Amino acid sequence: MGEIVKFFWTFLHTITDVLPIAGIIFGFQFFVIRKKIPNLKRVLTGFFYVIFGLALFLQGLEDALFPIGKLMAAQLTDPEFIRQSIFTPVAETVAQGAQAIEFHWSQYFWVYVFAFTIGFSTTIAEPSLLAVAIKANEVSAGSIGIWGLRIAVAIGVAFGIALGSWRIVTGLPLHWFIISGYIIVVIQTFFSPKLIIPLAYDSGGVTTSTVTVPIVAALGIGLAGKVPGRSELLDGFGLIAFASLFPIISVLAYAQLSEWYRKRKNETAQQNEA
Amino acid sequence: MKSPILHFLKTIASSARDLAPIALVIAFFQIFILKQPIPNMDEMVIGSILVVVGLTFFVYGLEMGLFPIGETMAFAFARKGSVFWLLLFAFCLGFGTTVAEPALIAVSKKAARIAAQGGVIETTDAAIKQYAQGLKFTVALSVGIAAVIGVFRILKGWPIQWIFMGGYALVVGMTMIAPKEIIGIAYDSGGVTTSTITVPLMTALGIGLASSIKGRNPMLDGFGLIALASLTPIVFVMAYGMLY
Repeated sequence: MGEIVKFFWTFLHTITDVLPIAGIIFGFQFFVIRKKIPNLKRVLTGFFYVIFGLALFLQGLEDALFPIGKLMAAQLTDPEFIRQSIFTPVAETVAQGAQAIEFHWSQYFWVYVFAFTIGFSTTIAEPSLLAVAIKANEVSAGSIGIWGLRIAVAIGVAFGIALGSWRIVTGLPLHWFIISGYIIVVIQTFFSPKLIIPLAYDSGGVTTSTVTVPIVAALGIGLAGKVPGRSELLDGFGLIAFASLFPIISVLAYAQLSEWYRKRKNETAQQNEA
Repeated sequence: MKSPILHFLKTIASSARDLAPIALVIAFFQIFILKQPIPNMDEMVIGSILVVVGLTFFVYGLEMGLFPIGETMAFAFARKGSVFWLLLFAFCLGFGTTVAEPALIAVSKKAARIAAQGGVIETTDAAIKQYAQGLKFTVALSVGIAAVIGVFRILKGWPIQWIFMGGYALVVGMTMIAPKEIIGIAYDSGGVTTSTITVPLMTALGIGLASSIKGRNPMLDGFGLIALASLTPIVFVMAYGMLY
């Protein structure tokens, strides 16, 4: 019974989120375009499915994924766990007069592995990335594979979050990483196939939504709260920025690699003919 | 003729496949690394079923509702030929979808608390609330403006990389002079603004416009709206932090 009541609230909440969007769309449709929407019934059913599906999705995440994701982030960053993990202490120094134990950054090994794998898997499950991949596949007449794009983006997010976790542990300034990341993007842009550039830039923004943000935020705040010398409020931020920068790099790299591969194949084909 | 039931089952199967990696990662860490049992097993199973069914309905609705409406509106605006109404629509869509975004509301509240701790504003509830509200509207405004610039770019056919690089040069420049506390929040706010409903709509709008205007390539000109919507919040939030 409680489950149904909870779902009802999530459903209402999702409707209030979608309401302004629906208002804008139908407002412009009726007052500015002043034309009947083709297949109105179908479109409305589609809207209902989107809201209903999203509400179920969010409810499921709240029940199953978020609690365990947050719990695991807390467990993996726990000093007790790090001390016991298979890596023997490299440089365990007790700060004078303080209770906090400082670990060498390499002792957070499992945190980075968790960051990488959870970043990858939550991105694969991200609905907005799926939406963009479907469109990209359609527009490119199949030359951009739905799975190719999703995996390229997921690798970027995974790498970004792992690196971002390392940054929180070491305490290096966030903007160094972000600025160097954008310099890499600028350089890649000059050497990439022109057609992929807008899609690659877009994939930075689509990756971080419903599934990834809550788990990644829990990881960031857990880390920043437990690593000595970090402030939960100051250093907990920044992981999302990593997760939206690195997919741009990985998608551009994917496009460059597949073009290089295609060129090489063509060359060998020509050589074989000659 | 494909039977709808078979199609539905196929979609359910692919949703389950999309979620399998998360389950694997959690199980691996829980069993082998943390060596702890998985808590509330039955709640986990029910929750996962809800997620799979929810994702399936979402994808169905996407193809039936969100994609077609985004594209038909783009076509209608292109035929109407009124740039003013199109840009106003883009602005409303960007602003309206962002201002209600739950992730943004959470981030701006946290940012206000940081500002209060750093002594930028008074530590009263009223001051914190006012700061959070201001920040929320700043981000929503920036996404609205991003949509206007993005649509205008599609109309003109400007290459996205020049706008993008110019924007990030601005971000780098502002990072040098912005207060330290705001930088992390500003960078993150670029990522949180684009929600699960905004992304498909904006993408459909961009591609619809690019394919209905002569001389535009949907691949080259249709994408890019989301990229701009994640760039302008960084600039605007840093400006907000500097001016406040």
